[in-house]
Amino acid sequence: MSVRHKSFWSTGEPFVWLTGGALTLALLLVVGLITLIVWNGMGFFWPRQVIRLTLADGSVMTGEIVDREPLPGKRNEYRIKLKVANRDLYGADFQWVDESRIVKRDRPADVAVIERTEWGLLIGSLKEVRDGDKAIAVGGASAWAEVQKRMDETERVRRQIRAIEKVEIGAINARQEALRLKLRGFELRGITSGPEIEATQKQLAPLREKYQALTARLAELRKGQSLTLVVTADGGKEKDIPLAQVLDVRFPNAMGFAAKCVFYLAHVWEFIAGEPREANTEGGVFPAIFGTILMVILMSIVVTPLGVLAAFYLREYARQGAFVSAVRIAVNNLAGVPSIVFGVFGLGFFIYGVGGAIDRLFFAEALPTPTFGTGGILWASLTLALLTVPVVIVATEEGLAAIPGGMREASLALSATKLETTLRVVLPAVMPSILTGLILAMARAAGEVAPLMITGVVKLAPSLPIDGQWPFFHLERKFMHLGFQIYDTGFQSPNVDAARPMVFATTLLLLAIVVFLNLFAIATRNRLRRKYATSAV
Amino acid sequence: MAGSVSVTAGLHAPTSQGTMMETAMVEIEQLNLWYGLKQALTDVTMSMPKHRITAYIGPSGCGKSTLLRCLNRMNDLVDGIRMTGSIRIGGVDVYDPGQDVTELRKRVGMVFQKSNPFPKSIFENVAYGPRILGVTNRSDLEGIVERSLRAAALWDEVHDRLQESALGMSGGQQQRLCIARAIAVEPDVLLMDEPCSALDPIATAKIEELMLELKDSYTIVIVTHNMQQAARVSDYTGFMLLGELVEFGVTRELFTNPRNKKTEDYITGRFG
Repeated sequence: MSVRHKSFWSTGEPFVWLTGGALTLALLLVVGLITLIVWNGMGFFWPRQVIRLTLADGSVMTGEIVDREPLPGKRNEYRIKLKVANRDLYGADFQWVDESRIVKRDRPADVAVIERTEWGLLIGSLKEVRDGDKAIAVGGASAWAEVQKRMDETERVRRQIRAIEKVEIGAINARQEALRLKLRGFELRGITSGPEIEATQKQLAPLREKYQALTARLAELRKGQSLTLVVTADGGKEKDIPLAQVLDVRFPNAMGFAAKCVFYLAHVWEFIAGEPREANTEGGVFPAIFGTILMVILMSIVVTPLGVLAAFYLREYARQGAFVSAVRIAVNNLAGVPSIVFGVFGLGFFIYGVGGAIDRLFFAEALPTPTFGTGGILWASLTLALLTVPVVIVATEEGLAAIPGGMREASLALSATKLETTLRVVLPAVMPSILTGLILAMARAAGEVAPLMITGVVKLAPSLPIDGQWPFFHLERKFMHLGFQIYDTGFQSPNVDAARPMVFATTLLLLAIVVFLNLFAIATRNRLRRKYATSAV
Repeated sequence: MAGSVSVTAGLHAPTSQGTMMETAMVEIEQLNLWYGLKQALTDVTMSMPKHRITAYIGPSGCGKSTLLRCLNRMNDLVDGIRMTGSIRIGGVDVYDPGQDVTELRKRVGMVFQKSNPFPKSIFENVAYGPRILGVTNRSDLEGIVERSLRAAALWDEVHDRLQESALGMSGGQQQRLCIARAIAVEPDVLLMDEPCSALDPIATAKIEELMLELKDSYTIVIVTHNMQQAARVSDYTGFMLLGELVEFGVTRELFTNPRNKKTEDYITGRFG
């Protein structure tokens, strides 16, 4: 090698380039992934324009353009994927159209996109509003005016109906179920008649009366919603939908930028705070957000004391030797066990073992329907706590090892006992490391899906684990989880095209939640570091 | 403990001159200590008088620190130590099974070689000991903290920043803080293990000055490998070599007229 080459290699500069390059590549990958998710996820809610295509054979197709790709086998010819919606009218809501067949494209301003409670979107032109057989408003413009007039009212009634169904009838059902269980409890103990049985049965009668009263009210409310909207779709098909099913009507081609922004924000809010519809392809993911956050919190509450106490024992109290080293190695290896194995363990030990025992002892009246002997948010959180406890132990131990022994000696020399030293000097100083462990645990837990699938996550949960019914915390209930939603909506959905944008949005949301949880913990840790900075840490 | 101790009993004749007239605070008798199989202290017998400064000098590894740590039972923290002999502080046997270690450590405080303030505020550092002892009243604590910081000659420098972290102070200030912390619990005996070895000469001078002031209220035992320091501050000095107490006496006499040849060799610098 020439002298110049040799000096280039020996300065170490190539290594700087190599390491810098690797870091740049890693950052690009991360940034690229996040950009892809953000673009698709946030773009989901922006209202797209509706195109009307007139084809060579005279037929008309109206819908949103969602994709464009070259025809398979040919290079210069393309085809467009059109979301024509109207699943109940056409069968398939996404259709491919060869560009060569298109004669004309335009964007009519009077095409409406209607969001419904069932069957997804409806794309067409408003024709008229009817009340039974009577036509109240005829023609697109007056129909629209009528719909606008009625929307608030319809929304209010819809909310009332939901409130009665979910809250009031739900409460009656819960009470009835509780009484039924009480009677069954008597039966199990051999009591089949007597004053207690009669007292309980007497409570059932007023419940039935209330139920009937509420059902009557519901029928009344529903009868008042007799209006229907008639919409004309492509090919002359007409659809008559009850106004009660209409959630939103918009004219995307006529919307200005401001209107689109308002629409966008409203839909983002609905996504975060609303309930899912249409097999999780529409509506919101609030139950999944709630379930994910609640599960992470429960897991943190369990894993922190468990991990910290174990680390303290290993480092501060146990006599260091072969046995303690073996335990430490075992703990580190536990972190490498595949998470599905933890799921199976959780199923066998927590659900069948502990849950089964709890059922036999406390909920025998409900058997054979399991209460705690089946998957639920409590068991899922405990399983994940076991999964992440090695991380907390290792992080805490590292923190404890970094505390200089002189500090402990100083405390002991001041007449403190070992316990006082641990609580007053060591514990505050190791808090930053504990929080590091907790951050890592939360990040790992928020992303795990496999063990959850067998310990309590479901595609659609009828109610949240925390609600207004006594005892308010229902930790035996199954729950929804964002990670599982991504898997289920993206890959198990009957309508993959409709579900795909939802998957991106859910992924973005899960990322955002994990980032937020981590930022909160990191900020807390930094504050503690400043407060308890030791010379070593 | 009775005033006129018949100190000749149990003390080796060549090493006991000069302590006759003083009240003994710390009495060590025939102390032997083994780390596993290695013997670190051999037949150490001596008496340290009350309200005086007693210094130990000797080359590294001669057992000075080990001896010091026996006095407040810090050696309990080390595995594999075996001891025979007795140590009495204020007349009470330190290793008596009925003796509560934390109670002992209240009476015998320690300042370490490397200053080790807690990662807390200056106030909380000094108030740590009193809090352990049960003082919770805020004004009581403030009084104790001020008294201790004044006694440690630190009050003027830090009185306006008591809530700041103790780790922000210089080395000399931190060591004085450790002294203030130790005297906040009002011990009878103050053990100092090479307190100035990590400090510059000016900080060292300040601490030596402090020791002379504290002498009136506490009995001080200091380990040092700086002979000049021992000569400057101590009233009595003991010379240790390889785990044995070679000579013990009034400082002036030991340094000007050592009785043992080994002492003379060490003092004049022929080894060590």
